[in-house]
Amino acid sequence: MTFLTQVLNGLQLGSIYALVALGYTMVYGIILLLNFAHGDIIMVGAYISWIVMAQMGFHPAIAILLSVVGCTLLGVMIDKVAYAPLRNAPRLSILITAIGVSYFLENGAQLVFGADAKVVPPYFDASPLSFGSVQLSPIALLTIAVTVVSTAILTFLVQKTKLGKAMRAVSEDMGAARLMGINVNTTISFTFAVGSALAGIGAVLYAMAYTQATPTMGIMLGTKAFVAAVLGGIGSIPGAVIGGLLVGFAEVFVSAIGLSVWKDAVVFLLLIIVLIVRPTGILGRTMNEKV
Amino acid sequence: MAALLSVRDLHVSYGAIKAVQGVSFDINEGEIVTLIGANGAGKSTTLNTISGLIKPDSGSIDFKGESLVGIKPHKIVERGLALCPEGRRVFTQLSVAENLDMGGYTRTDAENAETIEHVYERFPRLRERVNQSAGTMSGGEQQMLAMGRALMSRPDLLMLDEPSMGLAPILVDEIFEIIRALNDQGTTILLVEQNASMALSVADRGYVLEVGHISKTGTGRDLLHDDDVRKAYLGG
Repeated sequence: MTFLTQVLNGLQLGSIYALVALGYTMVYGIILLLNFAHGDIIMVGAYISWIVMAQMGFHPAIAILLSVVGCTLLGVMIDKVAYAPLRNAPRLSILITAIGVSYFLENGAQLVFGADAKVVPPYFDASPLSFGSVQLSPIALLTIAVTVVSTAILTFLVQKTKLGKAMRAVSEDMGAARLMGINVNTTISFTFAVGSALAGIGAVLYAMAYTQATPTMGIMLGTKAFVAAVLGGIGSIPGAVIGGLLVGFAEVFVSAIGLSVWKDAVVFLLLIIVLIVRPTGILGRTMNEKV
Repeated sequence: MAALLSVRDLHVSYGAIKAVQGVSFDINEGEIVTLIGANGAGKSTTLNTISGLIKPDSGSIDFKGESLVGIKPHKIVERGLALCPEGRRVFTQLSVAENLDMGGYTRTDAENAETIEHVYERFPRLRERVNQSAGTMSGGEQQMLAMGRALMSRPDLLMLDEPSMGLAPILVDEIFEIIRALNDQGTTILLVEQNASMALSVADRGYVLEVGHISKTGTGRDLLHDDDVRKAYLGG
């Protein structure tokens, strides 16, 4: 039974990584930017939940809504303010800007909320569900279900809708996309909105499971999700999900056999091995460098 | 009659390099007009500037009597001007049908459903490959897709940048036949070509572009028989 519990834990953690990795991979796919501020958006989402529930005393449903909406707006705003003016600048400039935005958000949060952890109240009564002798965490089940649904909606959006096709067109050739009549700036904003909305969902699920918000919580979460995106093949949506689940399982099972201090090291070791054996990641394609 | 497209004293530069220096030309409705010239003469730069991808330093570009200078590329497509770019630039990861969808981005689904039938009639091979990804097609098929894609926006003026580049001679003939047929059906065409003899033989009028300016103009036939043009661009 403990094995089943561990599988569930792995799926839960992996699902959160997958949601965050999806945002990384989508933004990279469209403007070749590793958005290092992506993990910090989740931190902001967790604080929004804390403010709405613990400070203002509103219903958790409002907290969920405002966290997701807040993250979406923040992601789009970061793009408009920090990245859009650098669209034609060398890629290194925009990468450094992303690191700057990340520091800005972390230190901004520390200034506003202080360095100590804030406790995010439970969103709902999460007492374990019993199936005979098996006890399952409702939060884990919810996390997995939400991730499956989110990924399905995202896949439909990207594969079947006009805007999704435009995203793929912009991702392949921005100039040619312009000649089709596609508004490239709107399409990029939309990509940030979708990626950040997923981060907002991830923030709520993370805060449900770990019940706290700290200014630096986005760093490790973001780094792990980045590893997941690279493992799966950056730019690939199914790759991000597979990478997220792999990282989640690796962590949970390394901890389960009593080596929990090694869990981070194992994740990065996994990355190194994949990069040696298959540098494009599991589902990655060799991308031609854009001129 | 006012010209459909009227370019006056256009200057364009990339940093310190002046690519286009005072180009002027007109295109009337229903015409095929060609710009010919050597590599680096500024042909593609001129087309990219008309499309809004590059901002001109000075000069005017009027389309249907309204200025295009400073208008974003996607708005220019909405006004009825499409560019089929050099090197085709189809979306290789997208299927044929998705590429055509993107061509009709500024149009409604109902309009696209109608236009796509015309495109398939014109390019039957595209219909056979609707779900194939564009990157797996041959150069000739990709060129047809690129042209079909440009037609999806129902342009009043279609600009073609080197449509015959890199194609086998038999396909070059096919592409030029299609250009002529499109024009017969009422599409005005601005054609940029290195294959000057083919371009001049289909064109109503031509302009010779030489290091950033127009050096000669005339009907397609006159230019085809002009001694200077023959020496410089038609191999004697």
